[in-house]
Amino acid sequence: MFSVGKALYHFVSYIGELAILFSQTLYWAVVPPMKGERILTQAKRVGPESFFIAALIAFFIGMIMALQMANQMVKLSAEIYIPSVVAISLTRELAPVLTSLIVAGRIGAGITAEIGTMTVTEQVDALKVFAVNPVKYLVVPRFLALTVMLPLLTIFADLIGMLGGFVICIYKLGISPALYMTMILESLTVKDVMTGLIKTICFGAIIALVGCQQGLNVKAGAEGVGKATTMSVVLSFIFIIIADCLFTTMFYFIFQI
Amino acid sequence: MIEINGLHKAFDKNIILSNLSLTVEEGKTTVIIGRSGAGKSVLLKCIVGLLTPDAGSIKINGQEVTQLNEKEYNKIRKDIGLVFQGGALFDSLNVEENVAFVLNEFMKLDKEVIRKKVKDSLALVGLKDIEKMMPAQLSGGMKKRVSLARILCMEPRIILYDEPTTGVDPITADAINNLIVDLSRKLKVTSIVVTHDMASAYKVGDSIAMFYHGQIIAQGSPDEVRVTKHPVVKQFIHGEARGPITDGEHLVFGHTK
Repeated sequence: MFSVGKALYHFVSYIGELAILFSQTLYWAVVPPMKGERILTQAKRVGPESFFIAALIAFFIGMIMALQMANQMVKLSAEIYIPSVVAISLTRELAPVLTSLIVAGRIGAGITAEIGTMTVTEQVDALKVFAVNPVKYLVVPRFLALTVMLPLLTIFADLIGMLGGFVICIYKLGISPALYMTMILESLTVKDVMTGLIKTICFGAIIALVGCQQGLNVKAGAEGVGKATTMSVVLSFIFIIIADCLFTTMFYFIFQI
Repeated sequence: MIEINGLHKAFDKNIILSNLSLTVEEGKTTVIIGRSGAGKSVLLKCIVGLLTPDAGSIKINGQEVTQLNEKEYNKIRKDIGLVFQGGALFDSLNVEENVAFVLNEFMKLDKEVIRKKVKDSLALVGLKDIEKMMPAQLSGGMKKRVSLARILCMEPRIILYDEPTTGVDPITADAINNLIVDLSRKLKVTSIVVTHDMASAYKVGDSIAMFYHGQIIAQGSPDEVRVTKHPVVKQFIHGEARGPITDGEHLVFGHTK
């Protein structure tokens, strides 16, 4: 029978496990030696190999936003504000969150499947027997790669999303390219971009920690790897959305930005 | 030298090791025989610190290890090699990188020196020209041999073998047996070999110990074991379906008793 108390206990335990993994990751990140090539390998997976899908989605989201707003804004003769709304929505919210969700689905699942397979085939045990800490060897490179590459990927998503809005504004609404650029530059501030990027550092950490934690705790064979991979994506999505809500609330009420 | 006294390990209510005591003299090879799933691998994992025993003592070269923290244990682990049942080769590394793993992690050696050491270690296990192959391209027996080569590269004083000849052809199995004997006689490596393969047990063991119901119930030289009157050991070494080991079981080779 479903028990709220039991579910809450599991949730709090899980958060505790993530917190422990986070503290271990920070500790091992500063303990030498640091193998740069391991971080680069992971960074390549997160950045260049996720670029196409992230760019494709950002481009269409930019177009969709401009089209959705067009009907209402045209009625109010306010279509020249569409570039501003597209740019601010993208940089503050849509590009960071959507890019993070894409990376959680693509990279987070991959991390869990890879580390989970290593766990069930005793490769993680082998690391320990060779006196190599699994957190340093497996988690730290993925954590650093995600926290660095996700903001970079988001900057590209911001730009490509605005390009999507540009296509609609120019070819559908008749806004000139110069006016489109002017409206964006006048309305968009550094803090809009920065709030979005700060969030993605946290989202990158969530994807890495959830993905690695699930992988390192796989219990039973191929079925266990499959379940852990699914859980990794689901939990990353939930934590990203909760973290986004917390960040937005914090920026709005505390920093008023 | 490995001295184990009163070792106890249970997973929930399932008792795996119960007051187990065993001594392995320096430079000698002790073979542990026993049924699959009885907990022999758990014993090896307790020795290398992958599992913490619930009670009892393990002394490695005179040092009590059950109370050591991870950092202290790692110093001991640099002298111990564990050949995993499935090889536990790192999927993302090729054979050369797998064999040179410990050298690359802990020693700053010239690339040419590492390459030579890898080649020599592979030659010892009867393999050559496979340095660039990935673990997925190797057969089960080759994986086991590469795993052994990886251990040899470390030059450990203690080697623990988890079913080293299971799944390999008889000729390769004999070559592995010869290698275990050579390492023990020439390099004075202290070894524990867990196996069901009695031909291997007789060939490599200075001593053979029977593991049954979480304990070592009998121990002796290969010659003593061959002529044992102990009913459990006798049933096991002769591979008989009926006897004291299978008395409490409901099924013997598919027939209901």
